[in-house]
Amino acid sequence: MALLRAVMRHPSGRIGAAIIALFLILALMGAVGLTPHDPLKQFVVDRMKGPSGTYWFGTDLLGRDTFSRLMLGIGESFLIAFASVAIAATAGTLIGLFAAWWGHLWDGILMRIMDVLLAFPAILLALLIVAIQGPGVMTSITAIGIVYTPIFARVARAPALALKAREFVEAARTFGSTQRYILTRHLLLNLIAPLTVTITLALAWSLLTESGLSFLGLGSQPPAPSLGVMLAESKSMMTRSPWLMLFPGLTIMLAILGFNLLGDALRDILDPRTQERRA
Amino acid sequence: MSTLLGVHDLHVGFGRDPQDNEVVKGVSFELAAGKTLAIVGESGSGKSVTALSVNRLVDFGGGRITRGTITLQRADGTAVDITAADEPALQRIRGREIGMIFQEPMTSLNPVHTVGAQIEEAFRLNRGLGGAAATRAAREALERVRIPDAAQRLKYYPHQLSGGMRQRVMIAMVLASNPRLLIADEPTTALDVTVQAQIMALLAELREELDMAMIFITHDIGLVAGIADDIMVMQHGVAVEQGKLDAVLDNPQHDYTRHLLKAVPHFTSGRAVRSDGGSPAVAPIVTVDNLAVRFPVAKGLFRRRSGAVHAVDGVDFDLRPGETLAIVGESGSGKSTTARAILGLVKATRGRIEAKAGRSGRPVQMVFQDPYASLNPRLTVEALLAEPAIAAGQRVDAKLRQRMVFLLERVGLTKDALSRYPHQFSGGQRQRLCIARALMLNPDVVVLDEAVSALDVSVQARVLELLIDLQHEFGLAYLFISHDMAVVERIAHRVAVMYAGQIVEIGKAAAVLGAPQHSYTKRLIAAVPAIERRRQHFSVDVTQVPSLVRPSGFEPPAARWREAGEDHRVRVEEVA
Repeated sequence: MALLRAVMRHPSGRIGAAIIALFLILALMGAVGLTPHDPLKQFVVDRMKGPSGTYWFGTDLLGRDTFSRLMLGIGESFLIAFASVAIAATAGTLIGLFAAWWGHLWDGILMRIMDVLLAFPAILLALLIVAIQGPGVMTSITAIGIVYTPIFARVARAPALALKAREFVEAARTFGSTQRYILTRHLLLNLIAPLTVTITLALAWSLLTESGLSFLGLGSQPPAPSLGVMLAESKSMMTRSPWLMLFPGLTIMLAILGFNLLGDALRDILDPRTQERRA
Repeated sequence: MSTLLGVHDLHVGFGRDPQDNEVVKGVSFELAAGKTLAIVGESGSGKSVTALSVNRLVDFGGGRITRGTITLQRADGTAVDITAADEPALQRIRGREIGMIFQEPMTSLNPVHTVGAQIEEAFRLNRGLGGAAATRAAREALERVRIPDAAQRLKYYPHQLSGGMRQRVMIAMVLASNPRLLIADEPTTALDVTVQAQIMALLAELREELDMAMIFITHDIGLVAGIADDIMVMQHGVAVEQGKLDAVLDNPQHDYTRHLLKAVPHFTSGRAVRSDGGSPAVAPIVTVDNLAVRFPVAKGLFRRRSGAVHAVDGVDFDLRPGETLAIVGESGSGKSTTARAILGLVKATRGRIEAKAGRSGRPVQMVFQDPYASLNPRLTVEALLAEPAIAAGQRVDAKLRQRMVFLLERVGLTKDALSRYPHQFSGGQRQRLCIARALMLNPDVVVLDEAVSALDVSVQARVLELLIDLQHEFGLAYLFISHDMAVVERIAHRVAVMYAGQIVEIGKAAAVLGAPQHSYTKRLIAAVPAIERRRQHFSVDVTQVPSLVRPSGFEPPAARWREAGEDHRVRVEEVA
């Protein structure tokens, strides 16, 4: 709660949080069916209409309402982003933490694997996974999750190494504290700040990656309207009905801006130096 | 004797409203040419801010002089009010008229330039020397600060020099401009005691040679006793007492000065040792036998082991229940490594450490030097105190909470501390928390690794009293690791002196501190600043600690010991 209040006090945090909250509300309404029109229903007479009072963001080639589809698309894209970042954050943090804690050989092995993963572009890795399990939502989630794991591993490992050498960890050893206690209370607890910031930023990146995957047809499959799918469908009609491309594009841009602003705010708020100044 | 510097009613404030946040509240003093003024005080007393106002460096720290005048008599005979001077004028004054040396010589030197280049630059800027003339001047400056092989050392980078050497390089740079006033801000605080003595002796000699006035800032009243002409004691931004050195030291008027002279530990050559406790007849609770800790050194492309740092090499001692054994020594002597080996934080290469199972499963607990680093900032005091108990398999229940409150009250904190976080406490309070935490499991032995070194002198005195009280109450044995002889004298029953990884002298505190036998102990004790010895002369001594890196397979010769009295053993020195 204190964190939320601090975010609302921060100028860019306020804007970022507002954007993300707006999208989350839209996605939630879309998920429970509170859309202006049925997003999959084809209004054949109203094909390729521009934005109007009835169809706020216009209709597509099959006469489907863009705004309703967008609400669902935000939900689908956000779900993939959140799920993939959850995987990446969990796996990456654990790998980074253990690499730092065990050190020596394990550190070398784990971090070199991370380096290899870091060398693959997300799209290439997704192609590989598509080849194995076929395109779909799960493919996107797995691919993006794996791609962002090394980032979290790096973010967790560096401070964990520093924390490991701190006197309070040594003190814990003199009490005979268990490894699990030291890892959770002394290391993980102190990693929350950098991880929170990275999670917000990773959400922005994964949203972009997801759109890219769907655009190439490797992620969500039509008729499920993810933001990337909507972009892909609109590209052939770019000149005749630009709104079909404009609104999903703007949505992606705004969402990434929102996550980035939120991430910047969290970075400022959770920085121990600014904390000390306030204390 | 002309007045060089006159400070009148100086007020310095910080922040947006400097008037409301005054750190220095009306300080006045005069300094004659060639004389030394010592400003003594604890952290937050305003002593550094006062000195930094004299060359207006305080501006860069966000400070503002709100009232008062600082009049400096310049070399050409004109007087200038520094509080009213503009930045270009100040730049001419800084360096040329007023030189300054700081506490931490490593951060004051540029790590990517050789010390020679840095000293030459000082000569170029201040004297307009260039080329070979600057190099020659730099070499002479290094010789003047008693650095051996000056021509060679010019090519060294700061990290290749020891702390004492670096501080001498700093002094050499300041001397390049031949300042008439030198401000020294705790210049020896980061240094070992024998190195500190060398720097102090050097400053005293240079002052004579160059007829330079000096403002010396310190928290240690004993340190300036040998060098100052006048002394000013500061507390909470006010000069509570100022006057001639002898008058202030022998006949202090203000309570705070008396407190600094009496309550704070000062070294008295073993006459202030404890008369209570200590029972040599009882069986030891910790026995350390032939302990060696070595860290391998790898060299070359294939990281072949080329030798080892012999951090601790053949140390034996006994610690008896209820007594304090102090291990004293300088940095690199292996005293902390010994402590860490006893706690199992570093692996002993050889030897035996035996701790008798006492009142609990973990009879030995430890308190670390830095109370800021040894408490996890994200845990409440309750969680911090619970940790040893959780580690011992106890449950966090009402009974455990009761013990926490009992110990908190015992170390002088209140019950409501439980829900607070470490950053809400002062340094002294944090160290009390650490002590309470170490006592949670009712240990028999507490290892205190420089446990009071990071604290202000009066806080130090109170924590020492607390430690002695706790020792009586809980029957604790202390292994007290310290470099500070004055503190050791107050708390130790027995003293072991470590040098280059070995114990060179061990015995009753009064005997070791009062009648040292080993040449190193003698040197160490002679270097300790003491008010009562202020008229003794200490000459510059450039002995360096030997390297502890030994080739593979090196074994030190077996130690031979000489009994110097009852419970007082001295290592026989090998004649080289």
